[in-house]
Amino acid sequence: MNKIFEQPLYAYARSPDQDAPAPVRHQVIVIGAGPVGLAAAIDLAQQGVEVVVLDDNDKVSFGSRAICFAQRTLEIADRLGCARPMVDKGVQWNTGKVFFDDRKVYEFNLQPDEGYAHPAFINLQQYYFELFMVERVRALQAQGAPIEIRGRNKVEAIGTHDDHVKLEVETPEGSYTVEADWLIACDGANSPTRRMLGLDFVGRVFEDNFLIADVIMEADFPSERWFWFDPPFNRGQSALLHKQPDNVWRIDLQLGWDIDKEREKRPENVIPRLKAMLGEDVQFELEWVSIYTFQCRRMEKFRHGRVLFAGDSAHQVSPFGARGANSGLQDTDNLCWKLKMVLDGTAPDSLLDSYDVERIHGADENILNSTRSTDFITPKSEMSRILRDAVLDLSEHYEFARPLVNSGRLSVPCTYDGSPLNSADALDGPAETRPGSPCPDAPLGDEFLLPKLAGKFTLLTIDADAPDRIEEEGVTVERLALSVKDDRTLALKRRYLGDAEGAVYLIRPDQHVAARRDSYEDNAFRHAIRRAIGKE
Amino acid sequence: MDELILTPNIDGADDFYADLLAAHDGLDKAESDALNARLVLVLANHIGDRTILKQAIDAAKAR
Repeated sequence: MNKIFEQPLYAYARSPDQDAPAPVRHQVIVIGAGPVGLAAAIDLAQQGVEVVVLDDNDKVSFGSRAICFAQRTLEIADRLGCARPMVDKGVQWNTGKVFFDDRKVYEFNLQPDEGYAHPAFINLQQYYFELFMVERVRALQAQGAPIEIRGRNKVEAIGTHDDHVKLEVETPEGSYTVEADWLIACDGANSPTRRMLGLDFVGRVFEDNFLIADVIMEADFPSERWFWFDPPFNRGQSALLHKQPDNVWRIDLQLGWDIDKEREKRPENVIPRLKAMLGEDVQFELEWVSIYTFQCRRMEKFRHGRVLFAGDSAHQVSPFGARGANSGLQDTDNLCWKLKMVLDGTAPDSLLDSYDVERIHGADENILNSTRSTDFITPKSEMSRILRDAVLDLSEHYEFARPLVNSGRLSVPCTYDGSPLNSADALDGPAETRPGSPCPDAPLGDEFLLPKLAGKFTLLTIDADAPDRIEEEGVTVERLALSVKDDRTLALKRRYLGDAEGAVYLIRPDQHVAARRDSYEDNAFRHAIRRAIGKE
Repeated sequence: MDELILTPNIDGADDFYADLLAAHDGLDKAESDALNARLVLVLANHIGDRTILKQAIDAAKAR
């Protein structure tokens, strides 16, 4: 067993809050030290917001859990100062193979255009992802940043008030009361916070079970995603094989609905299944086995006064498409700059309502995609299966059927079309950078574009004039002046100009486009800034 | 000469497939078979070109 699971990463230590005569008030408390909670805490601490993370455990998550991290997540992690070890440790892949019955029907390549600092995907066990984030927290603490993780601090009760939240926290040394101006609940799909506040979580239950196993083996399978529909070793069901670091392989086997979970989890039942899949001669060791079912659902609202839900606590999807942890990091990316501005009084409290609008849009997109994948993988009627099998049969011979094969539509960043923070598009430019879009990266000589747009409002000009700085409503927007000549690969031109001669973009702190025009127009951009901070 | 298109040609393939499945929602197998038959005939009429239709039949038969 991997030692990483044994070692307390944030062991319980008595906090002065436990001995304070009156409850101590913090700016922000985050519940849950998973990838989403840690991302929220790091993001806020980097902006100087005082934040305390409470977790009922003191170790990284058990088992590999989330393993596929998308480019946008790595870009966010880069802004949070921890992408490098993730990319170094992760397995990069871009080939996927699809099998039907006993044959390979086709393969695909996810390799995007050139010109991004980060790969399309890496596979990395969730425990490494968390470990690197905790290391980042430690580095921030060493620099004096106001961030703290309290292990074995279990929230037992929550009192909500107009201007703060009060928490009753259970520890190995008894309970204490603590307060926060804002609470971010990142406590997972079974969120105790959601339950304690009596909030809804409605959606569709999928009647299916999946056996998930991490096996350690010295095998020569390539670093590819292999997906089987109806294979001989798991008739009528699906299977997935995916490589992780340290010679750990993720295997997912669909089991169907009417099974005895405890029985199926026993090694004497798991091992024959894996041997049928991998071959009798392959030597392997089981690291982790679990059986899961899933639901596609979300809360009606992610914001409840001073309590904000992010990640699986707010929305849950099927695992096909890697849209869980990846969407959770987009949640905190969206939330933290807004919370900072509200805390500073630069933006009205109502700016946080746009977190609801934008991330519910993202959650609905993820739920739609993952529901469709699930319907394809597990046809729910005889005709649905006939059509599915017809698509797979045709995909072997004809390219046209391949876009219809759905073994998971892999996570792509969400564009906030229709967001109240966007200004109308005033550039005849590429669709991928329309208002609401996350800025695509582009090479700038030896550097990349995205790090220059991180954590603040930016006026990006490409072959266009504009003031070096604008002050509007307490927001300072600095100009980043570029030319298409700065990028010889022309990715910058392709992604931001298209056929336009020049362009001016207003970019939000989370690197999403708020507004764009073919040239600088003072009134229009001042209006766009006010709109982007919820003042219009 | 007219050539059957066998490369991706549907904008929003996932949306189309979802519409197709939705059309079968709540139908029993016989009703679903009948729907598919009507759909084939409607699409065939839209295509019209006999050369193309012949190629499409051959493409669907090849396995």
